[in-house]
Amino acid sequence: MIIPYLGVLIIVGLVGFMGVMSFFASFIMRPRNPYAEKLTPWECGMEPVGEANAGHFRVHYFIIAILFIVFDVETLFLFPWATLLTDKGLSGFIFIEMIVFVAILAIGFIYAWVKGALEWV
Amino acid sequence: MIFNNAAIMQTLNVNLNAVAPVALMTVLAIVLMVIDFFLKRENKFSLGIVTLIGLVLILPVAATTVDPAPAFGGMVIADAYAAFFNVVFIIAAIFAVVISNDYLRKISSERGEYYYIIIFATIGMMVMASANDLVNLYVGLELMSLSFYILVAMRRSATGAEGALKYFILGAFSSGILLYGITFTYGFAGTTNLTEIARMGVNLSSANHYLLIAIIMLVAGFAFKIAAFPFHLWSPDAYEGAPTPVTALLSVGSKAAAFAFFLRFFGGAFHEFHAHWAGLLWILSAATMLVGATVAIQQKNIVRMLAYSSIAHAGIILIGVVVMNGFASAGVMFYMFVYAFMNMGAFTVVALMARNDGTGKSISDYKGLAGRRPVLAFVMALFLLSLAGIPPTGGFTAKFFILASAIEARYYWLAAIGVISTVISLFFYAKVIFYMYMKEPDALDDMAPVTQAPSTLAYNIIIFITAVSTMVLGLCPTPVMDMAIAAVSHL
Amino acid sequence: MLTLTHYLILSFTLFSIGVAGVLLRRNIIIVLMSLELIFNSVNISLAAFSYFLRSLNGTVFVIFNITVAAAEVAIGLAILVTVYRARRTVNVDEIDELRG
Repeated sequence: MIIPYLGVLIIVGLVGFMGVMSFFASFIMRPRNPYAEKLTPWECGMEPVGEANAGHFRVHYFIIAILFIVFDVETLFLFPWATLLTDKGLSGFIFIEMIVFVAILAIGFIYAWVKGALEWV
Repeated sequence: MIFNNAAIMQTLNVNLNAVAPVALMTVLAIVLMVIDFFLKRENKFSLGIVTLIGLVLILPVAATTVDPAPAFGGMVIADAYAAFFNVVFIIAAIFAVVISNDYLRKISSERGEYYYIIIFATIGMMVMASANDLVNLYVGLELMSLSFYILVAMRRSATGAEGALKYFILGAFSSGILLYGITFTYGFAGTTNLTEIARMGVNLSSANHYLLIAIIMLVAGFAFKIAAFPFHLWSPDAYEGAPTPVTALLSVGSKAAAFAFFLRFFGGAFHEFHAHWAGLLWILSAATMLVGATVAIQQKNIVRMLAYSSIAHAGIILIGVVVMNGFASAGVMFYMFVYAFMNMGAFTVVALMARNDGTGKSISDYKGLAGRRPVLAFVMALFLLSLAGIPPTGGFTAKFFILASAIEARYYWLAAIGVISTVISLFFYAKVIFYMYMKEPDALDDMAPVTQAPSTLAYNIIIFITAVSTMVLGLCPTPVMDMAIAAVSHL
Repeated sequence: MLTLTHYLILSFTLFSIGVAGVLLRRNIIIVLMSLELIFNSVNISLAAFSYFLRSLNGTVFVIFNITVAAAEVAIGLAILVTVYRARRTVNVDEIDELRG
């Protein structure tokens, strides 16, 4: 009963472990200098200056949003791919196909990085 | 070997040869992207050179990739028909890239993205021409359209952004309508594969509602893409707002791609329903021819004039789609081939005449050009006469084939309207020629277009090639026409 | 019992709302949202056809559709930013420099 889902359990355990470990690592390594501004409760985004309704958003919000939409949606192709990966006849071919696909996506990501779209100024 | 399940692989028919041109173009685009990371802004022109070399190398591959068996589960079909259109697209892209370098300097918008987005647009067209499935078609169409939205916005001026916005909203809207049509095609046929839809059509004795909705929506969606009459409003604005090389590629490439699929879809998958869609396209064709030619007369800007002229040309090409026999389809292919050369030539002259501040595109700027630059005025006159369809040029033979096929198939009224449209269009083409040869320039001092020496050479090469091709296609059209007839015979 | 017709009516209603939005609304952001509505209405009818016809092509199409629509909206927003920078407005009526 539990045997077929053992892999899932192991993955869940690994993911949880990784999450806890990364929190722990940053807890050890982070610098500690609290000051008044930093301790104020965080609210969504920057404090609005002037009327936000007038469309005075920083272009950077748009760029981040655009990049997020595109890369987020491209992962959609991974789901049908993953269900087919167990097929012995196809797995080799579609594995290579997905490597090509992800490599092209990676070049797009590097492009955004090099052009400075990910720098938060 | 990694492909160990023969049965699956056989249905899938992974045939990398069939997609070789598209794959090579993708590699070229990615290579350009990577090179662009390491280039300084003043060296961006070298990207143009790499693009040019890449395209020239891919051209023979695209021309020789003929593999008529449907590949990748019937998604792709790399027949001679697709190869013919691929050659048209790549030639148009080559011309656009060569004249881009100097034009981008003129509008001071030298960006690396420009070149690889042109390649992406060309890839979209190539995918459309070799698509044998509606999914594939739609992805290709969108790749082309999305690239063109960006390219039209490339000038970043107010007019460029405005043209791009109008193009984007109407283009996305038309994609939505087209998609709705595709949905209903899928709904009544139960498949998106064109070969299987054609098989369904034979079994289906009478039309059902899904089919009629599908036909109306698909025709409306494609009419947007080729800028046919009620859906043409985006095209003059987008043409005027875009950088001129992009305009040239847009008018030739996107139109050829849309017609490539039009022929494959209505000639192949929907051939059984000719009676249902021919009437709709008849009205569309007649209205487009008349409106395009009439509205072009009152244009002051040469780019807008050429935009309306290309609308009229779309109407005439639609005649070939309405007739839809082997000769007419070959006529459409030949027309697109000639159109690539003559329209590219005309737009090259327009790009050459444009000044640094973006002006110089008014028809009155062409006054007295014959006195100052006689050769340029002569080739411009040649391109305009060819666009008008005057005998020794390629434009005449192209129009002749289409109209002859219409008369042969007893579409007398459509042929008559085609001739009337040609006569009306003579007015505005002749007006530019009259300005060039008979009028004195307004102010002599600012007539000289500012162009640096090496790029003048680039312009001259393109103008020479397009002018010679236009003449040769007019004097001996048989080789290309034979190729087109051979290509459609397997459709 | 839900039949294919119900889904098609839902899809057609959304499609009509989207078309009306593109043609009637003046704010470009609303126009972009209406375009998105059109694409999603198509997705609904494709998925419905796919389910009732017992064919997978429609589902595959939906996946491609979603990605293409995302790319479309990304480019739409980028063009919108360019227009806003040049004209300081997002109103379609005020963007009318090109005429003729």
